[in-house]
Amino acid sequence: MTAVARAAPRRSPSRRVLLDRLLLYGAATFLALWTLVPIYLIAVAAFSERGAVYDYPKELLPTRFSTDTMAFFVGSSGVISSVKNSVIVALGTIVLSLAIGAPAGYALSRFRFPGRDVFQLAVLSSKMFPMAILAIPLAVTFIGLGLYDTLLGVVIVHSAMVLPFVVIVTAGVFASVSRELEEAAQTLGTSRLGAFLRVALPLALPGLAAAAIFAFVTSWNEVFAATILTLRERTLPAHVVASLNQSPLYFKFAGGFFLIIPSLFFIYFMRKYLFNLWGPGK
Amino acid sequence: MSSVSFDAVRKIFGKTVALRDVDLTIRDGEFMVLLGPSGCGKTTLLRCLAGLERIDGGAVRIGERDVSDLPPRDRQIAMVFQSYAVFPHMKVYDNIAFGLRMRKKPKPEIERRVREGAVLLQLEPFLDRYPAQLSGGQRQRVAVARAIVTDSPVLLMDEPLSNLDALLRLHARAELKRLHTDVKRTTVYVTHDQIEALSMGDRIAVMKDGEIVQVDTPGVIYDRPANVFVGAFIGSPPMNFLKATARNGTAIGEGWQLAGPPGMDGKPLLMGVRPENIRIGEGSIEA
Repeated sequence: MTAVARAAPRRSPSRRVLLDRLLLYGAATFLALWTLVPIYLIAVAAFSERGAVYDYPKELLPTRFSTDTMAFFVGSSGVISSVKNSVIVALGTIVLSLAIGAPAGYALSRFRFPGRDVFQLAVLSSKMFPMAILAIPLAVTFIGLGLYDTLLGVVIVHSAMVLPFVVIVTAGVFASVSRELEEAAQTLGTSRLGAFLRVALPLALPGLAAAAIFAFVTSWNEVFAATILTLRERTLPAHVVASLNQSPLYFKFAGGFFLIIPSLFFIYFMRKYLFNLWGPGK
Repeated sequence: MSSVSFDAVRKIFGKTVALRDVDLTIRDGEFMVLLGPSGCGKTTLLRCLAGLERIDGGAVRIGERDVSDLPPRDRQIAMVFQSYAVFPHMKVYDNIAFGLRMRKKPKPEIERRVREGAVLLQLEPFLDRYPAQLSGGQRQRVAVARAIVTDSPVLLMDEPLSNLDALLRLHARAELKRLHTDVKRTTVYVTHDQIEALSMGDRIAVMKDGEIVQVDTPGVIYDRPANVFVGAFIGSPPMNFLKATARNGTAIGEGWQLAGPPGMDGKPLLMGVRPENIRIGEGSIEA
């Protein structure tokens, strides 16, 4: 701006602009390295020979490439079954959290009802209590209900954890679908529900998918509740955490890498929706 | 027969009374325009007829049926929305076919009627396109086609031309009027644009603050407004208002006089004069 306003003929960007850019790219580079370097090192360790992990100084390039470490991890006892459990719990969390959260989000976006604003805040209040405080009472309650050490129990807890997010995201998604579209469908012969199913739902699908994947990844990565609420029916993070003490270093790297992958995919495919949610989207 | 009648229809939003016991009868096949400034209740009245708002008192009838408690789909109406509300995830063909499919018409009939509608609104080249690939005017025509092909005897339009540019609006206005002459549906048309109202309506219902102020043909509305509001609202440039006093069938103002109402001697008058009715003459007026 200042460069343009000046009457002098155009020169290269002023020193200030240059400095701004330098700071911006510097900060971006730093933040990117902050997250990427550990992921890279974990990946290198996971795909090197088992012994490579103990090398010092570390090789920065995977010179001793091998799938041996990953094979060992996948082959160790309990890993396959805990992966299966993790997938079941994560899918269950998607179903349960969307079944409850999407209608709530829809109601928030479409209807004015008494207590609407309070409800909107209350949805977030469940985030006030750390899992560490809730875990013991939950375990006691679940034992009483026969839900302790069951996958259903973990699904319920994970659903409760992602519900606030699901409600708020779906409310935003449905709010972006014009009300007149549903009304038009009604005047053309659908019921209120039919208008929702044929018009609002298809248009909201991409946003709902984002919420679903968030639920999946949250559940996939959740350690604390899964560890406390299960003994034999472990999810993968719970299994890895529980066996940390007895397992060799390369096992931990392989497990870490295995757990990171879904999150990477999530971020990659959902960038668009995440920007819409948190940043000035298009 | 599909006349429409509102019988003391009342609608309340929270503490605001949006419609104050509105009475209005629309004849079968008539093009009725609801005209008024923003917030006068004209769109609300239309939505009460469509079944998109529940009424808080009175009754809405279509033909002989009391439809007050029926959902929109059972009212035999079709509606064109201000935003067009064309479904973005469906091609033009599927948009136009939507109402027919919902009413479970046989496939060949759907096909035939969609084609007819497309011809009527010059949409044949676009049937395979998505709404995002259409211009505003084309989308508007899709919305009209979609409403018309259902054969609903009552057609509702909520400011369907307000999102078009001026030239297109002129053209679309003529098209809609022609369409009405062709299909002869009972049409209720909401607008705040007096030129649309005067040029399209068989009759106009002028609304203000949730009430109907005057219902009549465009000519009468223009020439014999029921009150100062209607007189001032209709006409561009607006009507002139002149204060005067009645004397012996003459209205006498400051430095002028006109033929006035008989009797009423000594009463104050407010004369409304349309600009085009003023002619510049010669000589002076005897006071």
